[in-house]
Amino acid sequence: MKIWLKIIAIALLLYVHIGGLLLDVPRLNILNETIRALYFHVPMWFGMVLLFLISFVYSILYLNKPSFDLDVKSVEFANVGLIFGILGMITGMLWANYTWGTPWHGDPKQNGAAVALLVYLAYFILRGSVQNEEQKARLSAVYNIFAFAAMIPLIFIIPRMTSSMHPGSGGNPGFNMYDLDSKMRLVFYPAVIGWFLVGVWIVLLRVKIRILEEKILNFEHE
Amino acid sequence: MILTLIQKEFILELRRKAVISGISLYLVSIIFICYLTFSLRQSSINEATWSALFWLSILFANVNGIAKSFIGEKKGLLIYYYSVASPHAIILSKIIYNVLLSLALAMTGYFLFSIFIDNPVQDVGLFLLTLLLSSFGFSASLSLISAIASKTNNSNVLMAVLSFPVIISLLLMSIKITKNTLDGLAREASQDELVNLLAINCIMVALAYLLFPYIWRS
Repeated sequence: MKIWLKIIAIALLLYVHIGGLLLDVPRLNILNETIRALYFHVPMWFGMVLLFLISFVYSILYLNKPSFDLDVKSVEFANVGLIFGILGMITGMLWANYTWGTPWHGDPKQNGAAVALLVYLAYFILRGSVQNEEQKARLSAVYNIFAFAAMIPLIFIIPRMTSSMHPGSGGNPGFNMYDLDSKMRLVFYPAVIGWFLVGVWIVLLRVKIRILEEKILNFEHE
Repeated sequence: MILTLIQKEFILELRRKAVISGISLYLVSIIFICYLTFSLRQSSINEATWSALFWLSILFANVNGIAKSFIGEKKGLLIYYYSVASPHAIILSKIIYNVLLSLALAMTGYFLFSIFIDNPVQDVGLFLLTLLLSSFGFSASLSLISAIASKTNNSNVLMAVLSFPVIISLLLMSIKITKNTLDGLAREASQDELVNLLAINCIMVALAYLLFPYIWRS
């Protein structure tokens, strides 16, 4: 990754942590100060979906023209996406503990997110149980594409069809044009970009390590 | 070609009666266990539980029934198919055959449920339509996943692990429509879910059709 992108990522996150904790936020019923979770919890889900989307695109590219690099990229994007998803889940549960009273409330959005995580855990189990490297890459690429397409209705459609206590739906205050005032946007958008850039940075480091390891392995074989 | 392949599936199925009767017995056992463990009949069951139990039994019977579409096949037979038929013809024939199998399982399940447990369905037409639509989705997604799982070491565990998260959206829609038919709501109430179910089916069939050749090659 370009050095200036790394600097931007660090600067944005520094700003998000300081600004997110110190700047004024609007007073809303129930939410009160916990609205600051918006800066840390929501970017995790944005990041997860974006990372999974990139992983999905790399899987398509892999099936189109198989190569080791594409496979590694697709796996690592899914890997870091899963970490983002788990972090999003944990931050959400922390928040829910204070506003809903219990960490797990069985809200449609929570359930949908849990299923999305299950899909990618299954993806890694699939990768673990195939021996042949090429077959592993191809089968997991196929599953990644299939699962991603089957997951979209889960995350985007089903929670919107049922009533939910999650902020932003069903009349609860939260992230929408009316109550996300312009001050919060000043921190929220940098937070999304910053976290996403950090995610991509981690992925690229991991890809580099995997490719080097592969090279060492080939070297030792010779 | 597709017709020949479907015909071949039927002939093979009728020749190895143990497989199909095994799955039927599996379904009967699940439903009988539901009946015994909930000690139904004595205390009547509410609608939500009925639809949950019904769809769970159908789900497990389907996962087991459709799993064998690729997992049980011998290596030599697969190579033979590979040489005589295109992958698209094979996956389409498997999907069509499995739709029939899955529909048969669902109808049997419905019949057994109404004997042992109860038949609270008020709008039978809509319920049967849901069974038909869901069997398309089950068949397409499970056929593809069975093909993936058949290439791995622990196929049976993977079959379950890989299929459940993919199936859930389908299952939730079906359960919702079923609940509407049990509550006796008007058909308009389930329109959104029906459209969604149809859309999910289209996605699944299209993906299975597009992705299968990549698995088949290996």
